Amino acid sequence: MTVYNDDTANDVSVRTPSRLDPETPEKPYLDSNELIINMGPQHPATHGVLRVILKLDGEKVLGTECIIGYLHRGVEKIAENRTYTMFNPYVDRMDYVAAVSNGLGYCEAVEKLMNVEAPPRAKYIRVILTELNRIASHQLWLGTHALDIGAMTPLFYTFRDREEILKIFEKYCGARLTTHAFRIGGCQYETYAGFEKDVKNFLTFVAPKIDEYEELLTTNRIWLERTKNVGVISAADAIALGVTGPVLRASGVKWDLRKAQPYAAYSDFEFDIPIGENGDTYDRYLVRMAEMRQSLRIIEQAVNKIPEGPIMGKVPKVIKPPVGEIYHSIEAPKGELGYFIVSDGSTQPYRLRVRPPSFVNLQALDIMVRGLLVADVIAVIGTIDIVLGEVDR
Amino acid sequence: MPNFVMSYLDPSVTGTPGAAGSQFWALIYVFIIFTGVSVAVMAMNWLERKALAHFQIRLGPMRVGPHGLLQPIADAIKLALKEDIIPAEADQFVFWVAPLIGLLAAFAVYVVIPFGPSQAVSDMNIGILFMLGVSSLGVLGIVVAGWASNSHYPLIGALRSSAQMVSYEVAMGLAVVSAILMTSMNASGTGTLSMIGIVQAQQQQGIWFIFKFFPLGFIAFGIFAIAMVAETNRAPFDMAEAESELTAGYHTEYSGLRWSLFMLAEYAAMISVSAIAITLWLGGWMRPFPNLLHAPAWDFIFSLFPGLTFLGLAAIAFIGTVRMPAHSFFRIQRAGLAAFAAVLGFIALLLLVIAVAGRSADASLAARFNQGIGYVYWFVLKVAVFMYLFIWYRATWPRYRFDQLMRIGWKVMLPIALGVLMLTAIVGVMVS
Repeated sequence: MTVYNDDTANDVSVRTPSRLDPETPEKPYLDSNELIINMGPQHPATHGVLRVILKLDGEKVLGTECIIGYLHRGVEKIAENRTYTMFNPYVDRMDYVAAVSNGLGYCEAVEKLMNVEAPPRAKYIRVILTELNRIASHQLWLGTHALDIGAMTPLFYTFRDREEILKIFEKYCGARLTTHAFRIGGCQYETYAGFEKDVKNFLTFVAPKIDEYEELLTTNRIWLERTKNVGVISAADAIALGVTGPVLRASGVKWDLRKAQPYAAYSDFEFDIPIGENGDTYDRYLVRMAEMRQSLRIIEQAVNKIPEGPIMGKVPKVIKPPVGEIYHSIEAPKGELGYFIVSDGSTQPYRLRVRPPSFVNLQALDIMVRGLLVADVIAVIGTIDIVLGEVDR
Repeated sequence: MPNFVMSYLDPSVTGTPGAAGSQFWALIYVFIIFTGVSVAVMAMNWLERKALAHFQIRLGPMRVGPHGLLQPIADAIKLALKEDIIPAEADQFVFWVAPLIGLLAAFAVYVVIPFGPSQAVSDMNIGILFMLGVSSLGVLGIVVAGWASNSHYPLIGALRSSAQMVSYEVAMGLAVVSAILMTSMNASGTGTLSMIGIVQAQQQQGIWFIFKFFPLGFIAFGIFAIAMVAETNRAPFDMAEAESELTAGYHTEYSGLRWSLFMLAEYAAMISVSAIAITLWLGGWMRPFPNLLHAPAWDFIFSLFPGLTFLGLAAIAFIGTVRMPAHSFFRIQRAGLAAFAAVLGFIALLLLVIAVAGRSADASLAARFNQGIGYVYWFVLKVAVFMYLFIWYRATWPRYRFDQLMRIGWKVMLPIALGVLMLTAIVGVMVS
């Protein structure tokens, strides 16, 4: 894999000692003072149907065990029984708050397998929609994360502004959440009249709104106390666990697939990769807030220089990739979303494996919360930004 | 009987409300306060939902009655009719008695709260001590509820609540003591623990205690204002019932009427602690500038305020009636809101008539009514400001973590409260 070259790139200096070490003293799990609490799958703050078994000493967390699968639909197995085209809408149902990213990853993976390329205009449309979706995903994360920590109001602000993005999606492809926006080889729909105006209006609309969220939280004393030094994960631990996305970047690793392995049209745009220092909840918050602003930058550039031309590449009516296998990953809002497809030359994938960012990032929960309090578990679940549809598939 | 009324309304009979009447009048007051607080809790319920909704760019209840005005009544009926569930594993008797303890503690505080110089159930000479003791009992209801539920989340909620109580009672008590010290800044040098006496001391010294020995009074008030939020388990200190962490905290297993008793107790406690803060630092029932602007003309102007307030509310309701969509769907709502406006307008008119009729300072019934209304009005207005602050806090701030709250209580507020107490004593001695 190519590594993004920068002076600070992959400077995995361990700022905090690793918590994966076996040296970390383990509390005896059979202590008579310990309390075992079953949090979820029906719990207001587990973001769906995550079940966490907490081993507590008073309120101190001794260990956690995540139990998943309550939302398992067998998406990967379904793929084996559907044609490539028919499976496309299913990927929207994984990370349903960032359906566009899922679709982008899948379509690009199949395109790569078939050795076709989407035309430039389609790529630009993809970038615009994907970045809009990134903002929407981060807004939803911010609202629910703040709600978990006790601030009710940001939720409503973010949902109000996310609505504008969903309106653009609805106008573009008719759906708001599970958009099915892209097709293998390009996009099915040309942009509607006024699309660019809508997007530009959104850019001017949302920039001050992001300041508004920050006004409520960034310097808020309680917010700082609740998020600083909470759920710390060192860069080395994050890499060891395969954590990606904002959680990895908040630990100080400058790793963003949009720069590291540019896909779609990302190499055409200028943007920064915000990184954090301490790898705590507050840094992850700052990184995501900065990412929303960077997404605005990308969208602005993309809208301004969107090329004319066809939106569909030269793909046959029946998608029949040659025998072979491919792994293609993109930077979804939550981290590296990868698709591994094995083709046996038929119209259906022989095997399709999804590498969901939420699932991998969720592994970090245990070392992030060990030794903290129950309230921090909630904050950390929120900050990892999981979507159970993607964890369970 | 009229003599009873007259003597009871007479502000010159201060300090001894019971003397005028007898237990009969105390009973009447108990009845009035119980209904009044219950109605206030319902109003507060509606206001909180509406105000919170508007903070959060929502509308809040809009369906039950015009602008959801009847929502609290609908809620009350719903809660009263719900199935009464006691978990099989729960300690039945304790589970049953826990909400009553909370309710009792919340309402018992009202015994010493003076709505006016003689508008109180009783003028206990250890009023503030009684308040501190009884309001602390409220946590017993929470702890017992959490324990009796025999479930993990309620248990943790109850533990949090008791730890919170221990952390904040001390700083709160010290802040109260510094206010009591200030009452002794008079010729005789003796202070008072009586709630009515504390307000009168502020009147005699011509200053609200929040401004006394600035900034000492202000800091003490600030400590009390923070501690009272923690004491009532409200955001940002609502970790006892932290929804996102403990589902519903100590009342997770409660439903229906019992749950509503907890809510009633919580809101009653909010009102009572606000009333205490007002009594100790913000001049209790006194209108603004009672000594500076004490001419009869000023008295008259200030006595118009209650009527004008109701007139304003009536105007708002009337505007709402006019602006309601013309669709026939809103016919009943429009009529209801118009009737509500009319009732408010009638009350406003009545209050204005009393204000005009009772503007002379004689001992006529109207004048005494006028004064009594003034006391209660200013008191309730100050309480309302505090209630709004409670909602505002909830809309704005995230929740503190349990250990952080304890740290603030012990390491920040307690030393500050001690320092303020000592400085108040030193300054008081130096001044006198």
